[in-house]
Amino acid sequence: MALDISELQTITHDVIVVGAGGAGLRAAIECSRQGLDTGVVCKSLLGKAHTVMAEGGAAAALGNADSRDNWKVHFRDTMRGGKFLNQWRMAELHAKEAPERIRELEEWGAVFDRTADGRINQRNFGGHRFPRLAHVGDRTGLELIRTLQDKGVHSGISVHMECTGLGLMMDGGRVAGMVGYWRETGRFVVFRAKAVIFATGGFGKAWKITSNSWEYTGDGQRMAYDVGAELMDMEFTQFHPTGMVWPPSVAGVLVTEGVRGEGGILRNKDGKRFMFEYIPEKFAAETADTEEEALRWLQGDRDARRPPELLTRDEVARSIYNEVKMGRGSPHGGAFLDISHRPADYVKKKLPSMYHQFKELAEVDITKEPMEVGPTFHYAMGGLAVDHDSQMCPKVPGLFACGEVAAGLHGANRLGGNSLSDLLVFGRRAGMGAKEFIDANPGLPKVDEARVKQLIDQAKEPLMRPDGENPYVLHDDLRESMTRNVGIWRDAEGMSQGIADIAKFRERLKNVKAHGTSQYNPGWSEAIDLHSMFVAAEATARSGLMREESRGAHSREDFQGERKEWIKYNIVCFKGDDGEMVVQKVERQSGPAELEKIANASIEDVEAGRV
Amino acid sequence: MSEPAKRKRTLRAWRGDASGGKFEEYTVEVDQGMVVLDLVHRAQRDAEGAGDMACRWNCKAGKCGSCSMEINGKPKLACMTRLGDYAPDEVIQVQPLKTFPIIRDLTTDVSWNYEQNKKIAPFTPPPRPEGDYRMKQKDVDRIQEFRKCIECFLCQDTCHVLRDHDKKAPATQPAGKPPQGFIGPRFMIRVAQLDMHPLDTVDRIPKLKEEWGSGYCNITKCCTEVCPEHINITDNGIIPMKERVVDRFYDPITMLLSKLGGGSKRTVQK
Ligand SMILES: Cc1cc2nc3c(=O)[nH]c(=O)nc-3n(C[C@H](O)[C@H](O)[C@H](O)COP(=O)(O)OP(=O)(O)OC[C@H]3O[C@@H](n4cnc5c(N)ncnc54)[C@H](O)[C@@H]3O)c2cc1C
Ligand code: SF4
Ligand code: SF4
Ligand code: FES
Repeated sequence: MALDISELQTITHDVIVVGAGGAGLRAAIECSRQGLDTGVVCKSLLGKAHTVMAEGGAAAALGNADSRDNWKVHFRDTMRGGKFLNQWRMAELHAKEAPERIRELEEWGAVFDRTADGRINQRNFGGHRFPRLAHVGDRTGLELIRTLQDKGVHSGISVHMECTGLGLMMDGGRVAGMVGYWRETGRFVVFRAKAVIFATGGFGKAWKITSNSWEYTGDGQRMAYDVGAELMDMEFTQFHPTGMVWPPSVAGVLVTEGVRGEGGILRNKDGKRFMFEYIPEKFAAETADTEEEALRWLQGDRDARRPPELLTRDEVARSIYNEVKMGRGSPHGGAFLDISHRPADYVKKKLPSMYHQFKELAEVDITKEPMEVGPTFHYAMGGLAVDHDSQMCPKVPGLFACGEVAAGLHGANRLGGNSLSDLLVFGRRAGMGAKEFIDANPGLPKVDEARVKQLIDQAKEPLMRPDGENPYVLHDDLRESMTRNVGIWRDAEGMSQGIADIAKFRERLKNVKAHGTSQYNPGWSEAIDLHSMFVAAEATARSGLMREESRGAHSREDFQGERKEWIKYNIVCFKGDDGEMVVQKVERQSGPAELEKIANASIEDVEAGRV
Repeated sequence: MSEPAKRKRTLRAWRGDASGGKFEEYTVEVDQGMVVLDLVHRAQRDAEGAGDMACRWNCKAGKCGSCSMEINGKPKLACMTRLGDYAPDEVIQVQPLKTFPIIRDLTTDVSWNYEQNKKIAPFTPPPRPEGDYRMKQKDVDRIQEFRKCIECFLCQDTCHVLRDHDKKAPATQPAGKPPQGFIGPRFMIRVAQLDMHPLDTVDRIPKLKEEWGSGYCNITKCCTEVCPEHINITDNGIIPMKERVVDRFYDPITMLLSKLGGGSKRTVQK
């Protein structure tokens, strides 16, 4: 059918930020502050992005709760948690800049929980040496997003809500804008801009058991991949150890790590505190080895070491999985997580939404009885490869990425709390990067009409077909396949099966039918989003197949344990000339001597300031 | 678990748009422990003609405030309302929030709420002192309660001033006239939160009375009853704010003091 481009709605800004979570809003605030005309585009209503769900806190070495903390310890924890696959410079910038970003948030109205002397309080979390997470009970994400939202709306940012991006336009070698559609009307819109910042989040919705919302379909990853960007570290998908397992309708919903930070204990069906059995060699020196020591730690004894429940997420998730596999799981295939030994009032004050969530969804009173928990797909460490300082995608000039959609900071495994601080640090940096790029390239790129038409035609296909397959069912099949084949434990056979399944699903997608009109039609959105989920899922499986070792969140049944040769590489995926996905190893740069020294030093040396 | 395994449920959902619509019934299989939002999703997937039923949601855990709707006549979050709370053969009826214009099916246009928020001057602290701002936990407990708000707008939907009398504050308030409408309970506690913030320096009380229509609220407490975050909207937020208005405008001594600049910690008026 004919399409008159000149009749399409066109919106022009200096920069468009795609995504209104923590990263997108922080980037937009920065752009606006730098004098750019800034538009934010998001799939949901403002204030509802995934960030709102974050519970436990934002990691920053403020040193308020333990004065021994500083950026070097945070940096070292992040590198060790990421199994040394993190990008050195990003881990450095993050650790150094996070405290200032948190203080700034307080200046903008965030009200964090306080220490006795009236400063921002910090809580313990897995993999963090010291209590480091600035938090508000267990609703830190809400505090973060509401603060940025209020700051943003008073900074003159234009917000285009409930609008979904379909694809990017290029002009010459540079990004020229994005085509999208309004969910409410189904009408198409062209956003023109001198720079585009992606802050679109992750892609957990391609898995069955996940803590992620419907927005997490990997749109940013796919849109950028389509125009030549590289996806990096895609094999590293974090399975959070504690998702709800019962009842089935809430399986996957997150139980914050804050429960363990506040002293929660993991037990198997025999009542055994099993984490003591799973302490890896390299964390042994920093982890308690008796229940008695763990208790002393909880009571505030500074010489006691941390309980093993606070090992990094990859370790805890695999341990629970193993207990279940050995037949020692809880009735619904998980482990027991118990916080009822702490005073009921304290639990309600520190973990109010967990109390609420279990009470209302599972009829469990967590102040009296244990929760049942098991691993759930939670976070994508991988994503778009970016320049470490400016956050620009090197292959797509003018395109920036920050937050969960970007790769690099977390390496093979993210530490809890490091995402919220990531959003703030690199959201701001992406804004500064965009400003610098626009200063150097001030012209407004041209609209590529052929591309606009192609994107719109493709989007309309599922509506135009007379009949065809149900998009919801295809989505469910994808989720089944990914959870089965590219789950917490993987092997070559499973991942190859996953790749083969995706090829078949792509064929089926060509015959998907969305019933109804284009107005606020979730079936149609589902059909469109599947394209993105396929790219993200395929990249995960292909990168996972290439990495023949177990490291961080990537656990292979057929290649157990870390392999020395693999610490030298990150894996990237990009679209080849024939349209097929290419997977490649890229050799890592070694870190600057100073950073290598800090990351490898003993904890005593770092604390004593000897490095 | 009160909900037995594998059985059927009938969803009676309002389908239509601004031009009109009607209820449609869908009967689908349900599992144990399902919530109303699951039932909507199940119908979208399995029921003939429900694939395009519009419904907002994000977190599915009562944290984002997207899935607000009226369930068997009560404003609720669909993701936190269990099917087990209803009799096994009870039909679940869902319809969009009544107070806001319908977009389609279960979605409404809530942009008026975003407009109200823009009217309220943002948090404005004094410059950060050397070291850090200091606030005691006990001094922020109160405002943290208000900051739990997930902007589900269920309270706005329920408040009779907005719902039955359609007294939504207009975009601009004509000068010299009494307030033309009310910003609603959600924004009363937004103002309360700013006003009670130990570090804030802006005076919003005059606007609260003259433009935002605090006087319209007659403390029926219906808003508090529906708040899924159990925020004590009326007792802790609205009543103290109404008292501040009264103190300021009707108590000659406070008024005098505030005119002399000594009666209030507030300085700037925006
Ligand atoms: C339950 C839960 C708890 C968590 N707790 C913590 C925690 O305690 N600490 C921590 O550090 N991290 C936590 N995380 C992780 C952290 O919340 C996320 O990684 C982070 O919020 C991601 O933020 P973001 O800004 O990158 O993206 P998001 O907040 O997810 O925002 C993505 C935005 O992109 C938009 N978007 C996506 N696709 C499109 C498109 N095609 N067109 C237009 N817009 C689009 C969406 O609408 C949305 O506005 C948690 C995650 C979950 C799920
Ligand atoms: S107490 Fe006031 S704000 Fe709340 S519902 Fe009643 S009139 Fe509305
Ligand atoms: S105050 Fe309560 S009911 Fe009102 S919008 Fe906030 S969370 Fe919803
Ligand atoms: S989906 Fe978030 S509150 Fe219901």
